[in-house]
Amino acid sequence: MENRPLEYDYTVAKMFMLTTVLLGIVGMLVGVILAWEMAFPAVNTIAGSGLAEYTNFSRLRPLHTDAVIFGFTLSGIWSTWYYVGQRVLKVSMAESKFLMFLGKLHFGLYLLVVVSVVVSLLLGVTTSKEYAEFEWPIDIAVVVVWVTWGMSIFGLIGIRREKSLYISIWYYIATFLGIAMLYLFNNMEIPTFFASGGIGAWYHSVSMYSGTNDALVQWWYGHNAVAFGFTVPIVAMIYYFLPKESGQAVYSYKLSLLAFWGLMFVYLWAGGHHLIYSTVPDWMQTMGSVFSVVLILPSWGSAINMLLTMKGEWQQVAASPLIKFMILASTFYMFSTLEGPIQAIKSVNALAHFTDWIVGHVHDGVLGWVAFMIMASLFHMAPRVFKREIYSKSLMNTQFWIQTLGVVLYFTSMWIAGITQGMMWRAHDEFGNLAYSFIDTVAVLHPYFTIRAVGGTLYFLGMFLFAFNMYKTMTSSRRVEESELQNASPMGA
Amino acid sequence: MNIGTIQAYAYFFFVAFLVIVLYSYIYHLYSSQRKGKRDYEKYSNIALNDDITDQPVEDISKND
Repeated sequence: MENRPLEYDYTVAKMFMLTTVLLGIVGMLVGVILAWEMAFPAVNTIAGSGLAEYTNFSRLRPLHTDAVIFGFTLSGIWSTWYYVGQRVLKVSMAESKFLMFLGKLHFGLYLLVVVSVVVSLLLGVTTSKEYAEFEWPIDIAVVVVWVTWGMSIFGLIGIRREKSLYISIWYYIATFLGIAMLYLFNNMEIPTFFASGGIGAWYHSVSMYSGTNDALVQWWYGHNAVAFGFTVPIVAMIYYFLPKESGQAVYSYKLSLLAFWGLMFVYLWAGGHHLIYSTVPDWMQTMGSVFSVVLILPSWGSAINMLLTMKGEWQQVAASPLIKFMILASTFYMFSTLEGPIQAIKSVNALAHFTDWIVGHVHDGVLGWVAFMIMASLFHMAPRVFKREIYSKSLMNTQFWIQTLGVVLYFTSMWIAGITQGMMWRAHDEFGNLAYSFIDTVAVLHPYFTIRAVGGTLYFLGMFLFAFNMYKTMTSSRRVEESELQNASPMGA
Repeated sequence: MNIGTIQAYAYFFFVAFLVIVLYSYIYHLYSSQRKGKRDYEKYSNIALNDDITDQPVEDISKND
């Protein structure tokens, strides 16, 4: 037996850190291209008409959403899991060769899935279900990746030293179980080649549900992908990283437990708000609306808990850009979880549905809450996994302000665009004839689409500053001692 | 009474049941803390003292 003291092993966490940064850049680059295409349609054929198939909006759009959701965000979730999981369970991955192997297998299989998703979506192979575009062979591979992660979670829990599971672990487990259930049910599909005895492409499939049922299952999945991909695991992160970075205990641990069960109870019923005024039963639409409004309570329960954790320590927000990222993230979480329920109210939805306001809502949530929290988590982890201080505090501050400006430009322009669109679509004369045609709205919205593209570009620029800061931290920053890593992360000027 | 009505009643009572469970849980959390049966707030320290050499808040090897 070696006599080396036991240490946490961050090998797998580092692997996923890399994909978080890379896929973040890819996903947001595609997003920025799409935003410019919306403002200036000529960008659709920027690489020439021969390549227009690969550069047009409809081909790139699923690549953007899937790269951000299943690339950037999932990598961030897994990177933080392989970091936080060990620490709060007080067990090192180095203690189990099997768990280490599983972790590396998890990463390797995930890379394979990423490559097949990018290639298939670029080639236009899709099931046409939003956020569930992958064809059946990739779906099977996704299930294998997911089960590998599950084994890794429960394996680590199985050999833990800490008896109680910290609240973040509850949220990670909920992410695992929630997505497993949603993904399986929504991706039930019939491979047409095998069902028809050899007609068509081998990889093609059709959904097992049809019509209204398909829509219902799809939005039960779609909205809960937001729940269990963009909310639950990000709350897991903030419950660990904010207290740890600030050195403050969670304001109320009991409130964190309560908010957890509240969120689990309420979220799964809210998806119907995507189908208001559609062919789904009226009571289901009402249920979607009501549960969406009730959802404010558990969401704000966690967000307020985080803000109160900073009680008496607000000087840290001014002093540390890392705390700034996390506090702005939880503020955007509150903002976004108020805006969502407002949009789910039937009368508001009559105006907002299908407009750019919805796009704005998604982006203040994802850019302001999800991405800020993931980047803050990675910044906190960097000195601990690389044993070097964060390369530059001023660069982090610059990134913070550029990206904040980017998000603000994004959602404000989409608010105005969305409400203008909604008002113009419903406007009519005294005989009931529509006052405007669709192209009238497109012409009016042009300036807002341009502002959105500028906002997105600023955010994308911030991603580069993030990537550069992380790269320099990893390679050439000052080395730090273990004693410097207790709470506030060490950072260079 | 058709199936739709039964579903609606079942749905209502199921929601009411879950609300009662949730409120009972809140009561349970706060009363256990007040009566000293269990200190929930100490679990915050799991994140704060998370070095591998730190003493676990509740050691799994010690049964209590």
